[in-house]
Amino acid sequence: MPVDVTLRIKRFDPDRERKPHWGTYQVQVEETDRVLDALHEVRWRHDGTLAFRRSCAHGVCGSDAMVINGRNRLACVLLIQDVGHDITVEPLRGFDVRKDLVVDMRGFWDDLKSVKPWLTAGQGDPGDRERRQSPGERHAYDDTTKCILCAACTTSCPVSWANPDFVGPAAIVNAHRFIFDSRDEATAERLKDLDRRNRVWGCRTAFNCTDACPRGIRVTQAIEEVKRAIVRGDG
Amino acid sequence: MPGSSVTVHHHAYDAVIVGAGGAGLRAAIEVAGKCRAVVISKLHPTRSHTGAAQGGMCAALANVEEDSWEWHAFDTVKGGDYLVDQPAAEIMCREAVDAVIELERFGLPFNRTALGRIDQRRFGGHTRNHGEAPVKRACYAADRTGLMILQTLYQQCLARGVDFHDEFQVLDIAFGAGGEVTGLVAYEQATGDVHVYSCRAALFATGGFGRIFKVSSNAHTLTGDGPALLLRRGVPLQDMEFFQFHPTGIYKLGILLSEAARGEGGILRNADGERFMERYAPTVKDLAPRDMISRAMVTEMRAGRGAGPKQDYLHLDLTHLPPEQIDEKLPDITDFVRTYLGIEPKTALIPVQPTAHYAMGGIPTNVEAEVVRDAVGTVVPGLYAAGECACVSVHGANRLGTNSLLDIVVFGRRGGARMAGYVAAGGAGTGAAAGPAAGGGIEADTVAAIERLKGSTGAEKVADLRDALQAEMTDKAGVFRTEDSLAAAQATIGGLRDRYDHICIDDKGGNYNYDLTEALEMGFLLDLAECLVVAARARTESRGGHTRDDFAARDDAGWLKHTLVHRRHGGRLELDYKPVVLGRYEPKERKY
Repeated sequence: MPVDVTLRIKRFDPDRERKPHWGTYQVQVEETDRVLDALHEVRWRHDGTLAFRRSCAHGVCGSDAMVINGRNRLACVLLIQDVGHDITVEPLRGFDVRKDLVVDMRGFWDDLKSVKPWLTAGQGDPGDRERRQSPGERHAYDDTTKCILCAACTTSCPVSWANPDFVGPAAIVNAHRFIFDSRDEATAERLKDLDRRNRVWGCRTAFNCTDACPRGIRVTQAIEEVKRAIVRGDG
Repeated sequence: MPGSSVTVHHHAYDAVIVGAGGAGLRAAIEVAGKCRAVVISKLHPTRSHTGAAQGGMCAALANVEEDSWEWHAFDTVKGGDYLVDQPAAEIMCREAVDAVIELERFGLPFNRTALGRIDQRRFGGHTRNHGEAPVKRACYAADRTGLMILQTLYQQCLARGVDFHDEFQVLDIAFGAGGEVTGLVAYEQATGDVHVYSCRAALFATGGFGRIFKVSSNAHTLTGDGPALLLRRGVPLQDMEFFQFHPTGIYKLGILLSEAARGEGGILRNADGERFMERYAPTVKDLAPRDMISRAMVTEMRAGRGAGPKQDYLHLDLTHLPPEQIDEKLPDITDFVRTYLGIEPKTALIPVQPTAHYAMGGIPTNVEAEVVRDAVGTVVPGLYAAGECACVSVHGANRLGTNSLLDIVVFGRRGGARMAGYVAAGGAGTGAAAGPAAGGGIEADTVAAIERLKGSTGAEKVADLRDALQAEMTDKAGVFRTEDSLAAAQATIGGLRDRYDHICIDDKGGNYNYDLTEALEMGFLLDLAECLVVAARARTESRGGHTRDDFAARDDAGWLKHTLVHRRHGGRLELDYKPVVLGRYEPKERKY
């Protein structure tokens, strides 16, 4: 049974406009449709100029994080029945808008790269077999391997809004994933790098990141684990 | 171009990799530091659909129980209904072991056994000793194995300083007088500018094209841009009639629920609660290959044993599994069920239906990932393809679960290595060495197509055409096909082609003009859908993922051969065939 939904979308084309404006659209969707489906209805049947990123449409590619009714969400994992029939959609906060809901994520990717998010392990060569890792060791970093780099956490963080030099929770999550991986041999260097005001010590434990994560990662806890490892002098 | 509103940029590289999923990234790791290379991708690499793969990657590590790569190769050949080129399957299954070990070295967080080895689980069609019983062969990371492969390969690319051009969409390719690759043309989404890449070599890793169907597990962006543009420039496409329907898509949405759910013990049931796969595959039951299970599901629904008021779905039953096993081994897919169906899979049955999942066909290659242009294997100099967009053929008429993640890693590596060698040897002596001028004019058709779309005053909408195509393909070129259904689909596609000439887009701008890129993608979808239907009409037998109600038997005498679709002048499609490369396994009746 289709229902009428009103979408208020913050529109902005910096190539043509000096400031954003609100576009209002009436679309018909099902209660069990995703907000992404409603956005597609707008682009496909009402206004083809509406720009938003999307790909997998089921919450694993991380393309369609945006602010929906005031909260950071993935448009493809939020159903109409869970958000109501008056829906306000805005781009992620803290990034420059490239067009409508498409934001400039280059700074986000640079922050990610700054934590050297790759396994660093020498030639403790186990021969032609895999390195051993116990289920317990594997479990220690399980949560932070779930990250899909959607930026919902980083753009919900009040420290990130106020201080563009703060590396942000997503980058720390991805550092955590290696710090607590028993195979990684760069723990000391990683902790030394993060032991700074604009790295983990920028975090004021607001928990916005944990609330925003569409993957249910305990982001704040991960950051706390990194802080404790620094204090303990791990590595 | 004088008077054009489109800005054109020029680049010179030795090698260009198109696509940044698993195959493209693995190829990029292989060429890193060996030549001037760039990866262009219409998505940021971590958005690629490799990340949606769930269940695992098979390799005969024998960590949990006895196994051998020969058994894996046999299963792959039999699973592909003997249309597999057997030497290619043997290479893939033999190299699988090293490929998994290498991914572990790269940092992939595999699940582990109590002894700290990579854990393994059962998957459809993978058996012990030539079909005796299911075998634990799939290496996995919970039910996000693809996401972990994608991220691990991306991490290794970052470590190597690989050059990426993100959100650049390839639209055309140019060949020199000797048929060698000389350049590519890409569209930059952020600006609307066109980029010409002069290059000696190009590797296509653009993924699948499941968006020709309505109910599909594929991302919106999987529109087959790579194979379609090559088809337009004279490269044939192979075995396009073979498309895999995965048995367990979420009802109506098509979102994938991994075969790992059945590998962990899940059961398919019809409306009567019966475990119907016992009748169709008595030995391996719910772990039969996907083509057999999807056929069985549709057969059950046709017989009135489907569930729901329209009898148009079946049930996946996980309720007998220990809750902690579900949480540990299948967390993501059970979350999908909660999110999209609003039901708790630990206590309720999950409505599922077959979903268009994987193209066995694609750009024809040899085992070095070199693209071949004819039935005798003539190589296109400098052109490579790997992953779902390619057809080696290791999957034959039906791919086994987990073999796609294996394919991308093994043939991405092989393609990257071969391409780096080709460039080091001087290539065909043109391309980047000649500098940007070598690309002079190759962007003309792309610029004209963009300007035509922006200037069009027609009345047709891309979304209407796409809806019509997808519904027709799911209805008439799906799990079961007939001459009548395929002829109707072909006529529909013809009508949509006429309408496509009159599409109009709202967005005339440059930056992030998805109205334009979706219109271009619609053209690719039409081309690929037509190839599928034409090849399927011609193949008057049933084999693997291609099932004809009117030709229900496999016909080895007439059809143990690969299809090649060529696009001739005026867009006319022409078919020819090449032999399957057999090996140690004689084609036999396929029973499980």
